[in-house]
Amino acid sequence: MDLVLTPTWYLVLGALLFSIGAVGLLVRRNPLVMFMCVELMLNAVNLTFVALAWGLNDIGGQVAVFFVMVVAAAEVVIGLAIVVAIMRRRQDATADDLSVLRG
Amino acid sequence: MMLLSQVQTPDVDVAILLPMLVLAVGGLLILTFTSVMKNLPAWCITGWTVLASIVSIITVIPLWDRWMDEGATSTIADSVGFDGFSLFLTVVIAVGVGMASLLSHSYLEREELAGPELHVLLLLSGAGGVIMAFSNDLLVFFLGLETLSMAVYVLAAMHRRRFESQEAGIKYFVLGSFSSAFLLYGIALLYGATGTTNLVAMQSVLNTTVIVQDGMLLGGIALLMVGLAFKVGAVPFHSWTPDVYQGAPTPVVAWMASGVKAAGFAGLIRVLSVALRPMVDDWGPALEAIAAATLVLGAFSAIVQTDVKRLLAYSSISHAGFILLGVTAASSRGTAAALFYLASYTFLVLGTFGVLTVMGGEGDSDHSLDSFRGLARRKPLLSVALLVFLLAQAGVPLTTGFFAKFEVIGAAIDDGAYWLAIVAMMAAVVAAYLYIKVIVTMFLDEPDEDAPSIDVPRTAAIVIGLAAIVTVVFGIFPGPIDDLARDALVQLAAGS
Repeated sequence: MDLVLTPTWYLVLGALLFSIGAVGLLVRRNPLVMFMCVELMLNAVNLTFVALAWGLNDIGGQVAVFFVMVVAAAEVVIGLAIVVAIMRRRQDATADDLSVLRG
Repeated sequence: MMLLSQVQTPDVDVAILLPMLVLAVGGLLILTFTSVMKNLPAWCITGWTVLASIVSIITVIPLWDRWMDEGATSTIADSVGFDGFSLFLTVVIAVGVGMASLLSHSYLEREELAGPELHVLLLLSGAGGVIMAFSNDLLVFFLGLETLSMAVYVLAAMHRRRFESQEAGIKYFVLGSFSSAFLLYGIALLYGATGTTNLVAMQSVLNTTVIVQDGMLLGGIALLMVGLAFKVGAVPFHSWTPDVYQGAPTPVVAWMASGVKAAGFAGLIRVLSVALRPMVDDWGPALEAIAAATLVLGAFSAIVQTDVKRLLAYSSISHAGFILLGVTAASSRGTAAALFYLASYTFLVLGTFGVLTVMGGEGDSDHSLDSFRGLARRKPLLSVALLVFLLAQAGVPLTTGFFAKFEVIGAAIDDGAYWLAIVAMMAAVVAAYLYIKVIVTMFLDEPDEDAPSIDVPRTAAIVIGLAAIVTVVFGIFPGPIDDLARDALVQLAAGS
């Protein structure tokens, strides 16, 4: 059987990765793992962009990926900075410890 | 060299980019100078920030004349669009930057957090907001949004010694980047469905072709709306608002509620009323439901709060519902009403959180309703200013708040959404109760004997006074702002 890889396969893979990231962010409690899930979501979108650009035969979607990579990198920097600031005060903080604010 | 000469670079119309450039370069210059000159006095940095926002507003004036004479244009290969709408919101955002910077001047002094970072981040996030208002391409819009949001994540976590501030920062960061991912996925799907990320091109594609398999298009619209609704704090994506508003430094909250909200709505209106205009039958009902839920939930959740900052966070959710009312009308009257609301709300909310900044006391922690007891006897002028702001938020006549609510509800009725108008009026009544609750505490209760003294710094007094004057004067004569808002149409066109 010939398996032809069409963009659709990559779109489905992108959707799956995006869902894994989204669910992971909701269920995991470690801030670092939560960042990784956000990164997974952004990279799933990158895969979608590339697959669509291939399908549409248009360069625009591939250019978008570069911008998204820059944004993702900047996001990690800021996220880690905030985590470091928190860890300095409370070692081993998990998302459940961050519950001073409620009501 | 042969290759280089073959590359076609797009034309750049620098005049259009000036309002954004002034803010961004202003922020970067502060960073440069403070790293060289260590002992630059704090007022220098604040003055520079305020100056940058004023210059940014001044650069808008010739652009406004150009817009009135020549109409909308776009530049940099159509990715940046220029029309009255973007200019109007640029002014709103720049006002937010300047006034929030003035507020934070005395705050930084009181909390011993001296340093230029807060002002730099304010300017940079303001530049991001202006990019959103000017965007004519979903990617440019996304980059503007991220510039804005990332600066605000850090701003929220700015107070190094308050754990609440850091908690607010990380909550805002995690939920914000979560929603950004949804937004981006929505952009990708819209790109897949229409083959372009340009807003105007997307509109013409949707106008001229019937997309038979519209799953990708509808999915894209839905995901995009999730991301945008999060940014403006609309129900059911509002849950970050109370925590972040309560924990973040008060001047930063003033900026979040004014400039960040205005930028969020800039993006929302831009994307929905330009790119997705032909799909109004699909997103209209969804947005109406979001608006109704936002109005009701914001007003009712606010009633039970005992922390004034948290109470105002819920009230800002309810205000977002009113602005959405203008957006759902999808008419030029609706957009004008939303713009008027944003302009008047910016002053209102800057003034309100200005009073809260002063009231917070050392440590920025004293925001319980009890600490407002008998404020009228302790600080008569401050309590009168807060009275003006709260009455305006409730929508009492002779304040800008009344005309703002009147216009958005009028736009909804023009659109035929009577049920939504009724929901909005009932939400306004419920919300009025909670503002009156604060007013009664301020004016009728006896002050505590051991209440800490309140010190009103001059910079904060300028902000509160200016906001109160604007609220009352334009409340009695709303004409000038209203005329500007009506002229500030969203009228992007393909490149000239």
